[in-house]
Amino acid sequence: MSASLEKGIHALKEVIDAPIASYFNSCVHCGLCAEACLFYLETGDPKYTPIHKLEPLRRVYEQEYTLLGRLKKWTGLSKPVTDDELDQWQELVYDSCTMCGRCSLVCPVGNDIVYMVRKLREGMAVSGHVPDGIKGAAKRTVEIGGPMGLKWPAVANVIKKAEEATGLTIPVDQAGADYLVLLSSMEIVNFPEYLEALAKIFNKAGITFTLASDAFEATNAGIQIGNSDLARVIVSRIVDAAERLKVNNVLSPECGHAYMAVRWEGPNLIGRPYSFKVVHVLELLDELRQKGVLKVKDKFKEKLILHDPCQIVRRGGVLNAPEPLVQMVAENYIPVADKQMWNWCCGGGGGASAIHTEEAEALRAKAFGIKKRQIEDAGVKTMVTFCANCRIVMEEAIDHYEMDTQLLGLTELLAEHLED
Amino acid sequence: MDALQFLTWVRGPGLDIAVGIFVLGVLWRLIEIYTLGRKPDLAEARHAAGASGWHTVFRRSLPPPGMMKRSPVSYIGGYIFHVGLAIIVFLFAPHILLITNLTGLSWPGLPSQFVDLVTVVTMAAMIVVLVDRINKPAKRFLSTFEDWFTWAVTFLPVLTGWMAVQHLLLPYTLMLAIHILTVEILLIVLPFTKLFHAFTLIGSRWYNGRVNGQRGVPV
Amino acid sequence: MQGSLIDSLARQGITRRAFLKYCAMLASMMALPPSAGRAMAEAMATARRPSVIWLPFQECTGCTESITRSHSPSIEGMIFDLISLDYQETLMAAAGHQAEEALHATMKSNHGKYLLIVDGSIPLGMNGAYSCIAGRSNVDLLKETASGAAAIVAMGSCASYGGIPKANPNPTGAVSVSDLVKDKPIVNIPGCPPIPVVMTGVLAHYLTFGALPELDAKGRPKAFFGETIHDRCYRRPFYDQGKFAKTFDDEGARRGWCLFELGCKGPVTYNACATVKWNGGTSWPVESGHGCLGCSEPDFWDGGSFYKALSMPADPLKLGGAAAVAGAAAGVAVSVANRVKKGAAKASHEKATLADLEK
Repeated sequence: MSASLEKGIHALKEVIDAPIASYFNSCVHCGLCAEACLFYLETGDPKYTPIHKLEPLRRVYEQEYTLLGRLKKWTGLSKPVTDDELDQWQELVYDSCTMCGRCSLVCPVGNDIVYMVRKLREGMAVSGHVPDGIKGAAKRTVEIGGPMGLKWPAVANVIKKAEEATGLTIPVDQAGADYLVLLSSMEIVNFPEYLEALAKIFNKAGITFTLASDAFEATNAGIQIGNSDLARVIVSRIVDAAERLKVNNVLSPECGHAYMAVRWEGPNLIGRPYSFKVVHVLELLDELRQKGVLKVKDKFKEKLILHDPCQIVRRGGVLNAPEPLVQMVAENYIPVADKQMWNWCCGGGGGASAIHTEEAEALRAKAFGIKKRQIEDAGVKTMVTFCANCRIVMEEAIDHYEMDTQLLGLTELLAEHLED
Repeated sequence: MDALQFLTWVRGPGLDIAVGIFVLGVLWRLIEIYTLGRKPDLAEARHAAGASGWHTVFRRSLPPPGMMKRSPVSYIGGYIFHVGLAIIVFLFAPHILLITNLTGLSWPGLPSQFVDLVTVVTMAAMIVVLVDRINKPAKRFLSTFEDWFTWAVTFLPVLTGWMAVQHLLLPYTLMLAIHILTVEILLIVLPFTKLFHAFTLIGSRWYNGRVNGQRGVPV
Repeated sequence: MQGSLIDSLARQGITRRAFLKYCAMLASMMALPPSAGRAMAEAMATARRPSVIWLPFQECTGCTESITRSHSPSIEGMIFDLISLDYQETLMAAAGHQAEEALHATMKSNHGKYLLIVDGSIPLGMNGAYSCIAGRSNVDLLKETASGAAAIVAMGSCASYGGIPKANPNPTGAVSVSDLVKDKPIVNIPGCPPIPVVMTGVLAHYLTFGALPELDAKGRPKAFFGETIHDRCYRRPFYDQGKFAKTFDDEGARRGWCLFELGCKGPVTYNACATVKWNGGTSWPVESGHGCLGCSEPDFWDGGSFYKALSMPADPLKLGGAAAVAGAAAGVAVSVANRVKKGAAKASHEKATLADLEK
């Protein structure tokens, strides 16, 4: 196969830009980013300091794009980035970084560290330093259609069941609909109620929608690996379907990184703006709530807290929609101290949840500590979230710690309590 | 070379050279960094970017929620020594005079006893920050020679300036000369080390603020 | 306390009490114990008058003027009664061969015991031809006279450090006494001119204790040159408060604020002007409204404008324009190289496939 160090460096040379140059020149090694990283906070190991995870990128920047660095490289004074080093960094760039972006919020000089991690992954990918788990997911997405290897018949099956449960028609490949509904494999397999809930809500609001048989999968392992070429292949399916079906909007599912992929990275991957809008399902629900379309018949009684998925809230900008929706459906909503853009990651975003080595799983469990304390401090038995990946990761951790916390999807919770 | 000749040199050719290298370095580095280009963001913005970059330039000067508690020394120590340096550099009468003579701009200074106090507090804060760098695992782990070196290069002008004014250790003339020399070293070193954050910090905050501002996140 | 000195002072209207007071003042200025004043007076009153040779070299006679000139007979003037000034061109009645004879007679009869006072620098250019006495160059004269001297007093900034004759570009190749004489005790009394009482203090010390007073690294008596003008300046509080005269006729100048911004070199000048003052304690430069020129420091003449404040660099922006152009050029050059490199990297982009993820 063809991954190589040269290809990796070449990729980094392509992606290094003025912001990265500015960021590296601004870093004063204050280490405050470590205080925002759950992997550092929960392990106390300074190698998890976010800016340190970027060391190979920094060196390539310095050696390729600064005069002094070029001189140092030319005179043999600089330490070249080696394959072994990248191999060592794999754990730092993938296992222990969920691209949650909290570090980018606290850096006193303003460095967007997660932006740089995303760029470094471009080099890691083509130099052959991607963990097998994410690689497998990417392979399945490109070759089969989704990270879990799901094919359309399985989706069709879920659709059929949803139609039976709701008594509503769920259109497929219907041109001219308002919304093209995307799903994530995780929802199809583990939380099929999501589709039922959506069908009911759309029906009630009188909004037309459709699914596309060739573009049902919203997730994009290409951006998790950090390879734009693969990410483009995956996102293009959605763009092509949306344009073929001439929909006005594409509805991104609860899944966090899917929203990042379709909403924010997509146009940049295909190199042009979309002819349609990308809406996160919670944005749509909140809009319907404000219009008064969404009404609940009763409320969820027990105390609950909300987990804001990083890619949707902090990095995606869906800041204000979730809370009012939770408040509408829950009687005893307890806001946590670090909420919305200041939330703490579930510990498994950015592809980390697909890494199934023992070390990675142990690290994830450890990183969950901060979430665990949040749950315990609030004294709740229920946590609501709106990302299937967060939900799976946290369910695993809850099992690991033998806690009795139940996790709910927000859309699903809403659907359960909506007026019929 | 006696002290007055030394002083004459550092005030004359020495400063010419230092300011020259500083100006050269700053322009070179700024152009080197900011002409590397970046792709326009093609995703439809949630909010027009507007002044979000500038908002972050200012907002990032305040500690984000919870961070003051996690690293009080970084923030309090950092504030004191940055503000202290600004007071010393821009509000000490002899320094204002220097700027006035160079640029024609003038503003009132602070009583030198007050500046004196600020200097002592600033030095204390810098020492505390240094100790923090040694004590905190993440800081110590990240530290390279450059971190210790730039600390010393920043600390020395403050120390020597204060010692000159206080007539400590060496005669005033020699101390003043050493003070100016240390400032020259600082000027020469600044564009080529992490001290350059004094300039790039604005750009970095702006980029971060703008990219995230378009997504609707006031970082 | 008796002796010819006391009588001679009395004849000039100076009482014994006044003389004692003067000695006590000298002692205190030189940081000697109070008893030293009396010891000094007694020593001076009874001392055998030491022979002194005063050689003027490349000088302006300002030093001599400073010490001798006064409106009424002063004790500084009277100090010459203490010594046997055997050769001083300006003051002596003899001239020509007579004078030269006096010089040689003194050198011979007091060999190894006379005190040599020098004012003026010594030119070395053109084999010393710039300044000659009786056909001999200053440098020759100095070497000859110094060889028999017990000690040498370099009077004034020229003799001490080369002074104005040495100012850049130093056309005569002027040097100081200590540049030429290495084997004799030398005391520098710099100043342009030096303060009279400093000289008499040094002489009194020499007479009383038979040795030169304690000197600093620049060969100056510590007692008079231990602190800067700025340290002892009565305007110092204004400096500390940041109150500066901006021009010589502004409100600040009228209120007597600090002259730092007007170029006062007080902070880098070691001398006793601020405490001793001039003209019998009447005033001194800063009190009269002008900053200190730093005339008692080496190379004061080459230290930039007298009116440029100390914190003010000579001309730091001289290279600024050129540096800006060079910096911009370097930046643009790297920038172009960077863009070429990045462009080439992008152009040679190979589209990654799944196979590219595996090594």
